[in-house]
Amino acid sequence: MKNEDNTFANNGLLPEEMDLFCNARPVPYEPYSIEVVEKFFNWMRANSLWIMAFGTGCGAIELNPLMTSRFDANRYGIQVRPTPRQSSVFVIGGYSSVKTLKRIIRSYEQMQGPKFVLALGICTINGGMYWDSYNTIKRLDHYIPVDVYITGCMPRPEALLSGFFELKRKIKAGECDGANRYVKNLDWYKDNQKRVIKKWDMPDYNW
Amino acid sequence: MKSLINRLTEQFKVSLEKQTKSDLCFIRVNKDDAEQLIRHCRDHESYTHLSFLTAIDRIEDNKFTLTYLLHNYQSHQSLGVHVELDRENPVMHSLHRLWGQMATYQRELKEIYGIEFPGSPRLNDEFFLEGWDQIPPMRKEFSTVEFCEERFPIREGRQSTDAKQTMKVEIYPGRGE
Repeated sequence: MKNEDNTFANNGLLPEEMDLFCNARPVPYEPYSIEVVEKFFNWMRANSLWIMAFGTGCGAIELNPLMTSRFDANRYGIQVRPTPRQSSVFVIGGYSSVKTLKRIIRSYEQMQGPKFVLALGICTINGGMYWDSYNTIKRLDHYIPVDVYITGCMPRPEALLSGFFELKRKIKAGECDGANRYVKNLDWYKDNQKRVIKKWDMPDYNW
Repeated sequence: MKSLINRLTEQFKVSLEKQTKSDLCFIRVNKDDAEQLIRHCRDHESYTHLSFLTAIDRIEDNKFTLTYLLHNYQSHQSLGVHVELDRENPVMHSLHRLWGQMATYQRELKEIYGIEFPGSPRLNDEFFLEGWDQIPPMRKEFSTVEFCEERFPIREGRQSTDAKQTMKVEIYPGRGE
């Protein structure tokens, strides 16, 4: 997986695709040296949670009432963005099949840091009702780091909102280091991912 | 539907399996006669719509049963055609020339049951599994539980209770049989 100069080998790519993708390793985010400034940054991050509009399972249906007038998540600074480049929160909506997991990893790695993952539903915790299914993963935190879990099948939008409040509290306290955990334990995550995704036809890290 | 079955038995080697409703019955036909029979139903008996094609895994009889469900829009009747295949070597004639969507159903059956349809377009393309390296997952000899234990780590502390016992002991104590 690794080259001698600590870059990715990108073995899944075709030879003619090698030049099209970056093979550098990501580096952890260093907090700003002045603590007050970093706290101010965290306050700003907590109040502009932009969700990536990628409904990855049945739980994505809960995002629609969340954004409309009854629950109106916009008043908390939560809104939906169309691309991973503009978003900071990834809501994993329930179960994810192996095929979806590949797209989740791809989108998660393309998101700009700081990025947070909100895992929705029991399926992301221990498999839920799909505990013996041949094509859904059982625990999400083996594949991408998770900041907040919301259990239930399905959790109501109120539960989802309270999960967002918990996420805000953790961000303000500086406890959401999921992206850094991912970078520091990248080899472990990549091993787990490649153990279930047999058709790995993308770069090792999707910049 | 009686007259239809009578007409079909005159021309083909079919047998009535069962009539489940007044507008739905199932007939059984040989593998080699199936294409001719289904083509006849489509062209001459107004069964112009293919509702679905699916397979049933009868592991105890060592057979697959293919079910073609045809629908007649004029009389609003449905006709199911059962075709039995050997389970060891499941090969069926491709009927994609009758309906275009048949190719998609055949592709699905190839992936989840491993039934071959020689000549069907894009048969070996992946349908919904990516990089599957085991035996086809819907076959009954494929144990999903064992596969999950081997492939997907499970979080400690998960409990499952027997639904029947829970009903009897906890929810309706003293009221069960």
